Parts: sequence; structure tokens; C-alpha cells
Amino acid sequence: MTFEKDINIDATELRLGLPGTSEESERQASTTLRISNKRALPSVADEKQCDQETAPPTKAQVVGWPPIRSYRKNNLQTKKTEVETSGMYVKVSMDGAPYLRKVDLKIYKGYPEVLKALEDMFKFKVGKYSEREGYNGSEFVPTYEDKDGDWMLVGDVPWEMFVNSCKRLRIMKGSEARGLGCVV
Amino acid sequence: MSEDDERQQSPPSDLDFVSTKARNCNATGSGSAYPDQVLNNVLENVLHFLTSKRDRNAASLVCKSWYRVEALTRSELLIGNCYAVSPARVTARFARVRALHLKGKPRFADFNLMPPDWGAHFNPWALAMAKAYPWLEKVHLKRMSVTDDDLVTLAELFLGFKELSLVCCDGFGTGGLAIFVNKCRQLKVLDLIDSEVTDDDTDWISCFPEGESHLESLIFDCVECHVNFEALERLVARSPSLKKLRLNRYVSIEQLYRLMIRAPQLTHLGTGSFSPSEIAGQGDQEPDYVNAFAACKSLVCLSGFREIIPDYLPAIYPVCANLTSLNFSYANITAEQLKPIISKCHKLEVFWVLDSICDEGLQAVAVTCKELRELRVFPVDAREDSDGLVSDVGLRAISEGCRKLQSILYFCQQMTNAAVIAMSKNCPDLVVFRLCIMGRRRADHVTGEPMDDGFGAIVMNCKKLTRLAVSGLLTDKAFDYIGRHGKLIRTLSVAFAGDSDIGLKYVLEGCPQLQKLEIRDSPFGDAALRSGLHHYYNMRFLWMSSCSLTRHGCQEIAHAMPHLVVEVIRSADEEEMDTAAEILYMYRSLEGPRTDVPKFVTIL
Repeated sequence: MTFEKDINIDATELRLGLPGTSEESERQASTTLRISNKRALPSVADEKQCDQETAPPTKAQVVGWPPIRSYRKNNLQTKKTEVETSGMYVKVSMDGAPYLRKVDLKIYKGYPEVLKALEDMFKFKVGKYSEREGYNGSEFVPTYEDKDGDWMLVGDVPWEMFVNSCKRLRIMKGSEARGLGCVV
Repeated sequence: MSEDDERQQSPPSDLDFVSTKARNCNATGSGSAYPDQVLNNVLENVLHFLTSKRDRNAASLVCKSWYRVEALTRSELLIGNCYAVSPARVTARFARVRALHLKGKPRFADFNLMPPDWGAHFNPWALAMAKAYPWLEKVHLKRMSVTDDDLVTLAELFLGFKELSLVCCDGFGTGGLAIFVNKCRQLKVLDLIDSEVTDDDTDWISCFPEGESHLESLIFDCVECHVNFEALERLVARSPSLKKLRLNRYVSIEQLYRLMIRAPQLTHLGTGSFSPSEIAGQGDQEPDYVNAFAACKSLVCLSGFREIIPDYLPAIYPVCANLTSLNFSYANITAEQLKPIISKCHKLEVFWVLDSICDEGLQAVAVTCKELRELRVFPVDAREDSDGLVSDVGLRAISEGCRKLQSILYFCQQMTNAAVIAMSKNCPDLVVFRLCIMGRRRADHVTGEPMDDGFGAIVMNCKKLTRLAVSGLLTDKAFDYIGRHGKLIRTLSVAFAGDSDIGLKYVLEGCPQLQKLEIRDSPFGDAALRSGLHHYYNMRFLWMSSCSLTRHGCQEIAHAMPHLVVEVIRSADEEEMDTAAEILYMYRSLEGPRTDVPKFVTIL
């Protein structure tokens, strides 16, 4: 019977999603756009997400899906955006100083620059850095907390890795600064 | 923690068609009415003891006399849909109401599926209650629009007002709160839960009157603005009856400490941010947080952790053994960080958590929490394509360890039928089963099959099931199972599921207890809608959005059922004369079309 060809069911079907997309293409798109199972660093994952958003929008986020109240979504996102926005602002504290500060790591090109900025900000001087001994010649030692929650010495890892994994900075003072690697 | 808690449903009290004669007839008067008077007095004294809504509804249907007396003695009113009955009708029937529970918008409004300003205004109720029930003590609202003026009304026109609970409400701000707390001198309970509170830059905490307060519960964890901490501390210090305190995320852990040492009698605590404040004092010693928690010997319910620094978690060790409820659903912690806590929580009955704990974290829960009744697992990353942190592995582990489970809400990226079937067999006491596979229409990731059999097993094996939410790839077969076996189901949520009209037909024809049905983006059309005509008066509401309905089909229903209000709701860019019905929201009502309809709603 030829009448079946005349009835284009799909055209009259009401769905969310742009015209020209179909379930198959959506499902295919979903498998190709899947990232690996490992939890990627937010900044890396973010880059990938940006690519997805500029790709043909077969996977546009649907209104009200998944069914989470926006209050809950927003409250978790406020935490993440502190690290993921294009300005990489991290909090800096110094032992003994009454106030915290914030620096944008993205504006610095390397360790010497950011250390100089910290020195100016908090009016102190770091010692001389060596891979083996850390900072020598000053009671102030710049440290940072990384993605995994570990406290590291500033300068131990390559600059890019530092910028991507640094959550906050702390300028430690005196005896605390020795024996770094323990949880504060 | 009251997201969508289940209430006992009762036969519809809002659909009595008792004649007005019964209401107008009064029992005093001439000698021939004397025996009636005695009977009424006896009845009144007896009916005072009836508290259950079901029992009261049944009693009111016995005869006119009982109806009248029941109406005189009912003190707590539960109205599941504010548009099902008008304030005038309520105040005409019930004479002495002390507590009002009122619900407004349907649940899908929480997910931005309904345009704002749809309705559910508390205002007409506030004014009507003020005239009829000046001795009203308690108001509990869910998904209603409440204005600052309404708050002022409650404070000024109800002397002795004691309890206000606003869940998922909006429309008011700190300005209204300030006046409310200032004028309610007998206030015992102020619970603001998941509500949107505008920041009017008013220091409402300072507005509580001086002198000893009667406060028993102060919940404001959803209020997104700073509070005056010194005023809060003084308030807590002068509230000896305070048992429940849930702080917002602007309260730092140091401030939490100061409050806890003033209120060791707390039973419910929401910790606020659980991280140190930005301003680190010079040479400050860390307070002894462990001691503060240890002093709270009555603490059974813990929540908050809004901006948690996991280093501080060990502080709660002293209370873990007594906890019956723990809400970590804002705490982005790992399995390793969870384990030392959860391994101490032997008495835990309610646990809300983020999927950041992964399947491994859920396994740890399963090992210790043998008394678990309710589990909710929320996604850290609420998107369709995000990395799945929990899976069928975690679900199965929970089912094997927590045999007394009654309620589960589980967000994941993918699932298997086998795990769902396992849960249906291991947890026969399940009353609420809500599985949200975030990838739309996703099949069983091992077999590639639809998720029909999993949900089928749930409705077959969990004989007490009253609430079900389905997801993943589902054919009409899943709905066949639900219609055949889900005989006690009262609430059903469907999204992106089914093949054809017959799916919805199975449900409407098969589930006699169905009260609330919410469906989105599923291929159900007018024919399916028609198949529920026999049942719609028994339901509180039906919601269908982005399905295959037409205005014509909805019109048919409206014509066939005069006591149903059939609303077709347009989204912003839709033309008025579109043939498609983008959103259908229909509900039984004694009042006919409401008068506060916004432009984008058409009542058929």
C-alpha cells in the first residue's frame, strides 16, 4: 500500500531537539562525544566541552534535564567556576597576615614572575630555589594545594602543570615550612 | 531535608458534593433538637481525637451530622492543590483551623518546565485565613508564590502564630522576613527550605525581638545572602528550646563553632560552609571542633557542608554513631574521604550524597549502613554527557548491603537491567524507586537492551511501591509491566520514554491508585489521553509536556469532564493558535477555571 509513504510520521512527531536531527544521530553523537572514564582535570575537560558546544548542536542540553533543581546545580557550580573560568584566580594566604588575597595565575608566564608578584603583595622575600633543598635563605616558603589536596612546594612541577593543578597558595613561615608534604 | 516527601493520600475530601443545607443547619435551638445537640456534643468530643486525614474524611461522609461536627473539629488542613478548592469554600466548611498545609505548582515547575508567574499565589489564602482563622498557628507551603506582604499579613493578623515552613517557594525577600520575625512574638519554627529568597539588603536576623525566644527550629540554608553573625549568635544564645538549626553557606566553620558551643542541645544541624572564612585572624588558633561536636550529644541529623574543606571532616567523628540522617549532597568528597565517616554511621537511616564518592563509596555505605531506609545520590556534574561516577555496580552493592531500603533516588549515566532486578529482589520494602539515567533513552550498557525488564522487576517484586520514576530506553512493554503490577503506585514520573499511545493507556487503565502523573517528551497523543477519562477525577493532576497532544484532544477532555481544569500552557515563543499543546496541566477542581490566569495559559 502506497499510503504509508505519504504519512510522514516523523515530521509530525513533537520532540525537543532541532529539526533535521533524529534519535540515531543523537545517540551516535553521544558515543563519539564521550570523554574517557577517568576524571579529567577540569581545565582540560573544559576545553573539550567548548569544542562540543561549537560542534553541530545535536547534543544541546535539554531544558530541565536532568531533573535537578537549579539551586542545587548552581551551588555545585559556584565551586567549580572558581578554578575553571578563563581568569585563574586562586586565593593566597600568608601565615601571620590578617587577610587573604587573590591572584590570577593566567597573567603570569612563569615562576619568577608570580613569585615576584607575591613578594610585592605581601612584602617579603623568598629564598633561593633548588630542586633538592627547596627554598633556602628565607623563613618564607611558597606552597600550594593541588587538585588532589596535597600541599606542594611552588616550583617543583613544570609551570603549565602548576597552573592547571593549583587550587590555592599559602606562604608558609618558619618551622612549618620544613617537612613539606605532610597535611597541614 | 524534605524534598518531595511522600504524604498519605486520602480519598478526595475536596470533591464532596454535600448540599449546602447540611452546612447551614445548626444544632442549637428548640426542644425537638435537644437529642441532636447531645449527640453533636458527644461526637465533637470524640472526633477531637481523630487526627488522620483519611479517618476524618471517612467520618465526614457518614451522615450530615457527622459531616458538620467533623468540620467543626478538624484543626489541620491539607490541601494538595491550591486550585482544587477555593479559600472561601474552605473557610465556609471548616470552623476552627489551626494548621494549614498548602501545595501549589506541580513538581516539574522546579526544573524550569513551567514559565514563571504561572500562579499558586498565597495571597488570597492569607487574606481569607486572616478573616476566618485568626487563631491559625501553623502554615506549611510548598511551591507557592509568597510575597513580602503575605509575610506581614501572617505576622500582624495572626496573634500567636507559631510555625512557618516554606518549601520550594519564591516571591519574597529578606525585607519581608525581617518584618515577619519581628512581629511574631510566639514564633517557634521558621523553616526556609529550597526556597528562593531575594536579597533586599535587610538584616533580618537582627529583627528577632530581644529577650528569650521560643525558637525551636530555624532553617535558612537556602538563603543566599550574608547574615549578621553577631546577631545570630545572640539569637541562638537566647533560644534555649532551639533544636534545629540549619545555617547557610555564608557561615564559616569558625562561626559554626561559636554557635555549637552555645547550643549543645541541638538535634538537627546544618553546618553552613564548613570551611574557614576568608579573613584569617592573626595568630588564631584553630578552635577544637571535635570537642564542639562531641558536646552535641543529641545530634541525630547533620547536613550543610556547602563549601567543604575535607580536612575538617574528622571533626564530626564524635556524632557519627548517633546519626540517623546525614546529608552530604553538597559535599564534593571522594570515597577515601567518606570511608572514615561512614564506617562509624551504624544507625544511619537517611543518606544524601554526591556521586563524587563513586561506586567505591557506595560499597562502603553498603558495608556499614544496615539500617538505611532512604538513599539519594545526586550528580556533581548534572549533564547528559558528563563522566559517570556511579553505575550499576554501586546500585547493586547498595541493594546487597542495605536490605531495609525503602526509598531511593539515584542519578547515573548508565545502568543495567541486572542491577535493577537485583535491587528489586534484595529490597522488597521499597516504597519509592526513582532512577534517573541522565543519558536520554540510554539502553542497558551491557546487553544493549531497553531497560523494560529492570523496571518491570521493580513493579513486580516491590509490592509496597507507591512512587516510581523511570528513565533510560523504555518501550511500551515497560508501561505494560507498570499497568499490570504497579497497583499501589500513586506518583509516576516519565521522561523520554515509550513508543506509542498504548504505553500511556496501559498505565491509565492499569493503575487504580494513580494520583500524580508527570510526563515529558514521550510519544503519547490524544488517543492515550482519552483512555484515562474514567480515572481523572481520582487524580490530583496530570502533566504532559512536549508529548504528541493537540489542543483539540485536550478540548475533548475538557468537554467530557466539567470538574477538570484543563490548562494548556505555552512557552514564551509559541503562537496562541498553535494546534499542538506544548504543555498540558490538568487537575480536578471544585471551582472551575481560576481567575488569576496569566497570558500564556489557556483554560479549555
